[in-house]
Amino acid sequence: MIFTRRRSAALHVAILAAGIAAPFVFPAHSVQFAVFWIMVLFALTWDAMGGQMGYNSLGNITFFGLGMYICAITQIGVVYNVGEYTAANGAINVHFTPVQYFQGLTLGLVLAAIGATIVAAILSWVLLGIRGPYYAIGTLGVAIAAAELTSTWNWVGGGQGIAMPVFPGGPGMRERFFYFACFVAAILCYLFFRWLYRTRFCLAVNAIRDDEDKADALGLHTTRYKTVAWSAAAFFLGIAGALFGNMTGFVEPLETAYPTLTFGIFMIAMTLLGGKGTLWGPIIGATVFYAMREITWTYLLGWQYIALGVLIIVNVVFFQQGILGWVKSKRPEWFGVKVEEEEKPRREAARPVTTRKAANA
Amino acid sequence: MSDPIIEVAGVTKAFGGVVANRDVSLAVERGSITGLIGPNGSGKTTLFNSIVGQHPIDSGSIRFEGREISRMGVQKIARLGMLRTFQQTRVFGKMDCVENMLVSLPHRESGWLEMFRPYPPELVEKAEHLLEFVGLYSKRRLAAGSLSFGQQKLLEFAMALMNEPKALLLDEPTAGINPTLINGLIDRLKRANRDYGITLFVIEHNMRVVMNLAQHIYCMAFGKVLASGAPADVKDDPRVIDAYLGAAA
Repeated sequence: MIFTRRRSAALHVAILAAGIAAPFVFPAHSVQFAVFWIMVLFALTWDAMGGQMGYNSLGNITFFGLGMYICAITQIGVVYNVGEYTAANGAINVHFTPVQYFQGLTLGLVLAAIGATIVAAILSWVLLGIRGPYYAIGTLGVAIAAAELTSTWNWVGGGQGIAMPVFPGGPGMRERFFYFACFVAAILCYLFFRWLYRTRFCLAVNAIRDDEDKADALGLHTTRYKTVAWSAAAFFLGIAGALFGNMTGFVEPLETAYPTLTFGIFMIAMTLLGGKGTLWGPIIGATVFYAMREITWTYLLGWQYIALGVLIIVNVVFFQQGILGWVKSKRPEWFGVKVEEEEKPRREAARPVTTRKAANA
Repeated sequence: MSDPIIEVAGVTKAFGGVVANRDVSLAVERGSITGLIGPNGSGKTTLFNSIVGQHPIDSGSIRFEGREISRMGVQKIARLGMLRTFQQTRVFGKMDCVENMLVSLPHRESGWLEMFRPYPPELVEKAEHLLEFVGLYSKRRLAAGSLSFGQQKLLEFAMALMNEPKALLLDEPTAGINPTLINGLIDRLKRANRDYGITLFVIEHNMRVVMNLAQHIYCMAFGKVLASGAPADVKDDPRVIDAYLGAAA
């Protein structure tokens, strides 16, 4: 095992330190770094369904947009009439005191997380009875429907969108504040799934991935696991959406809240790139993918989507296991994965009890 | 038949125009090893699928421990304590053997919060003990998908034992297993029946195996129960011989 406890702790501390230092060292790029943490969160939440459970959702972006809108409406609603605010298209200047702003934001974040979770639980009940490509298309339909419905709902601004309340604070403060909010959200998401993959949940969803009929035949409450997996993903996606909307300052259905073709696909591409079904694969994938994206957007403008497309094709055709999966297949011993039989006498001193060595590597 | 654990009464199941089971009635006594034989396509696996709730039946009644289960789903029936293994072996290929075993724990009483608990060491011990029982201990940390077909069958059997069922329906447990291993498997099946008190209901093509194993045998042909009785009687029943070899008439 290459990832000893000490090395793992050092890695975590290094990432934490880099994360804290980033907005101070590169203040001009705070927003890009904040979006990076949202990408990490995207990949982690997508992997819970797509990687660990084998349910490839094309519509997880729904919960992102839902969280964004719930938070926006809450923030406005605590101070002002939402219908009048959106009808004015930003023409009225509503002043939010700092207290009002942060109260609204806090309440909005909580409701965004809860709202997205509840909707995911309801959708689970409807959609998780279908499998494979039908589930993928079904979830895509949900995301598109959510965007279209929002576009036609004038009370929430329709296609015009909502101008978000202005952050009370000096220049640079807003970026820094939302950077740390996104950073903390990504860390909480990571810690949650790290814990979750050490419980019985992990083996159960892996079993659903490998053979759902067999899992049924063994009496597993498969719907229960699926509901929990999707709801947990939605919880964090709701928070991410709420933060992203405030960071952008403007909420609108097609490009910001439900960007099925950009963020909705990115979350899948990042997970596949890093290696699905592992805890760190999505994080590695998000890092490489986002770095590629930023580089191509800067130096290959006009060709950026072609470059990303090439990356995705190379990944899908030649490295289906992704970066971490590839390393794992080359060096299984680094991850404690056994490929040789071991004929040890039984009843030796207490064997380490790990249920999921590989996932935590 | 004093204490039947599985009672099938008048079960009919058709797929479109093909009647796979026609008015099938049989009973499996608690604690017994009961065999189910019959030529290919005689409806044995269909009957198994009906019993475990894989598909709804057209008419008839299926009881498990006196309880009507013909309208229950697969998961619920499994949680009542009746499990099946598959003809085409099914294990969780990307998980290692111990993980396969742990996930097979009985889910009878499990509430919502149980999924958030880790596996205690004694369950890992138990999993390894059962893997040793079927002779897979040295492979316990290998991915189940990398095992040979025969080993996967043994793993599937161990997984079924881990689930502590009251009744276990085995669909051709020895098919595809090396002949030298078959004796070992027969022995393990008998021990599972005797030591763990699990009622076994076994579909088997290998006559030597089923004659050796079962105390009572049903023979099916063309979707109907043709004959039943002690192994020796069924073996010599002319109707059974006809069903297998074609009527001599």
